[in-house]
Amino acid sequence: MRNWVPRLIPSLVAGLFAHQGVAAELNVKVAIPQINTSEYHRPYVAIWVEKPDQSIAKNLAVWYSQKSGAEGPGTKWLKDLRQWWRKGGRDIQMPMDGLSGATRPVGDQSLSYNDSKSPLAPGEYRLVVETAREKGGRELVRIPFSLPVKKAETQKASGQVELGTVNLEIKP
Amino acid sequence: MYKPFKYALLSTGFAILSGLTSLPAQAHNTWLLPSSTVLSSPQFVTFDAAVSEDFFYFTHRPLPIDALTITAPDGHNLVPANVGKGELRTVFDVKLEKNGTYTLDISRSGLRASWKVDGKPKRFMGNAEAFAKEVPVTAQDLEIGESVAHVVTFVTVGAPTAVKLTNHGLELVPVTHPNDLNVGEPAEFQFMVDGKPAADVKVEVVSGQSHYRNALGEAKYTSDKQGKVKITWPQPGMYFLNAVLKDNKVSAKQAKERSLSYSVTLEVQVQ
Repeated sequence: MRNWVPRLIPSLVAGLFAHQGVAAELNVKVAIPQINTSEYHRPYVAIWVEKPDQSIAKNLAVWYSQKSGAEGPGTKWLKDLRQWWRKGGRDIQMPMDGLSGATRPVGDQSLSYNDSKSPLAPGEYRLVVETAREKGGRELVRIPFSLPVKKAETQKASGQVELGTVNLEIKP
Repeated sequence: MYKPFKYALLSTGFAILSGLTSLPAQAHNTWLLPSSTVLSSPQFVTFDAAVSEDFFYFTHRPLPIDALTITAPDGHNLVPANVGKGELRTVFDVKLEKNGTYTLDISRSGLRASWKVDGKPKRFMGNAEAFAKEVPVTAQDLEIGESVAHVVTFVTVGAPTAVKLTNHGLELVPVTHPNDLNVGEPAEFQFMVDGKPAADVKVEVVSGQSHYRNALGEAKYTSDKQGKVKITWPQPGMYFLNAVLKDNKVSAKQAKERSLSYSVTLEVQVQ
């Protein structure tokens, strides 16, 4: 009994954290590349954190056209963010506060996310950035990371055509 | 030059019903082809309905849509808009206004009979009423069969919802939703006869663009005791799935056996 209690404490503590997670700050920078074409439309972009089984752990941003045009509402093309759409985009009623935003112009676009309100549980994750452009292509970039982090970490990945460098900084 | 409608209908009905055996390389197949299967906002979708040898290649005849039922996610039936009957295909539009899965089902059931009069072969295809009038029950070499056929496709706005069955004949129940198919992920479907799981259903799956291949390249499956099959998709694109089964649950006492068929056009997405 005397030996048993101290041995139990670390697992109790771990259990506590497994449930609640440890708060982290994610700073994402996505380079939307200059594309020389006669008819350029800003891309639709979805940014989210996925679990190893590809289910969505947290949606971070969806940038799409929130206007209605001759061809219908901007939501008509959300399905072209194919991975995001089937992994959970189709279950969300857009627009959604804190998630949806207007399309972004060429250049470095950043977003910052502090998960202290509902921290992600310790484990393996991937940041996913998916983009689809009218009269253009689709591209998806993944950056693996694990939580919690002890000190600030930075990771990078690059797209081929539709995405430039994607930069992920994680701070404890 | 002009084919009387009744004849066209009859021969197309024959095409549906003769598809009951399996998919021989030179058969005429009946299918519905949607312009989109996955949508993120309410809009029109256009459909082709045709009879042809290759998928999805218009070379033979239009498929009549008089027996088409369009079921919205809330269970209401919709009427097709802008129906046009061409020489090679029937075209129609459907306005999808609600979130969820729409089912399009061309369903036919009836009796087939063949017999001889003075050594000459005669053939009948139609409903029980016409059968009673036109088929002499004492005819020489009389062979009677019953059949139920479904030609189906699905379209989803937003998140997929449950697929409603008619519980008549052979039908597919999603384990994997038919509008949630991806390359690299096997799909599981369950086959039901009159709403109950059906074992030993013969299933064949062919990818579109078959015209550009030397062989049809069909993949064959048989349903297990729970009526289930697991299907793999070699590449993204449109697929034609045809399932057949014979049983003896006839409703007309003259018929010996019942031929059941279910075919569905499915879209497999790229990862």
